[in-house]
Amino acid sequence: MSSRRPRSWQSSSASRITDEQINDLVSKLQAVLPEARIRRSDRVSAAKVLQETCNYIRSLHREVDDLSERLSELLASTESSSAQAAIIRSLLM
Amino acid sequence: MESKSSDENCNNPNSELHPSKLIMASHFLRALFRIQHTTTDSSFAGRSRKIRRAAYASMAYSVGTKRAWSSALLRKLRSRSRLRFPNPRRAKYAALPGRPRVARPQQREMDQAEALRELVPGGTSMDDCRLLEETADYIRCLSTQVRLMQAIMESVSF
Repeated sequence: MSSRRPRSWQSSSASRITDEQINDLVSKLQAVLPEARIRRSDRVSAAKVLQETCNYIRSLHREVDDLSERLSELLASTESSSAQAAIIRSLLM
Repeated sequence: MESKSSDENCNNPNSELHPSKLIMASHFLRALFRIQHTTTDSSFAGRSRKIRRAAYASMAYSVGTKRAWSSALLRKLRSRSRLRFPNPRRAKYAALPGRPRVARPQQREMDQAEALRELVPGGTSMDDCRLLEETADYIRCLSTQVRLMQAIMESVSF
């Protein structure tokens, strides 16, 4: 399977990066993506993996924003000591 | 090519009580409780901004300087904390992830590797190999942080 590298791939001046190394890293990246986004059994192109990776990172950033807002509301509305106790209890058990 | 494998500690980093996860959780929780008790900035927007910053800070501190992305994130956080009264017109400090500084027109021809470089902290100064490695680690850490925040949400909601 040809791996046409995206145009802006930069080569390190210190070492020649082989296609095989890139493919290896791309498949490791594919393994980190959730199954809903990209099936791990498929051999997809590097470009597709990168695209899904970008989409996934953007959605994670949005989730952090969203959860921050919700936590902000929640903390404002609950009594602090019981909230703290509940959080710690649930995370440790 | 150096490989920063996760078996520096013998434990599986996916286990619930991996040291880095505990560090992340304790840092985030301490920050959260501190924010809750703050009375000076009690605006909703201010609080959620602080929580968001605490999320990225706990990610970066739990990994420290072991990774390029976490070092870059730590630099951004430290440069921002030196500005007590940031001037919104001159945003010279680096923006935290997730907040685009400028509205860019969508470029469909934009290379995916370039797009990735902008999403991963420190990405613009990495070569291909490093970018891919760092991205995988960044995603793992980011999703752990998200799960942590979700767990906190659930525990307080009852």
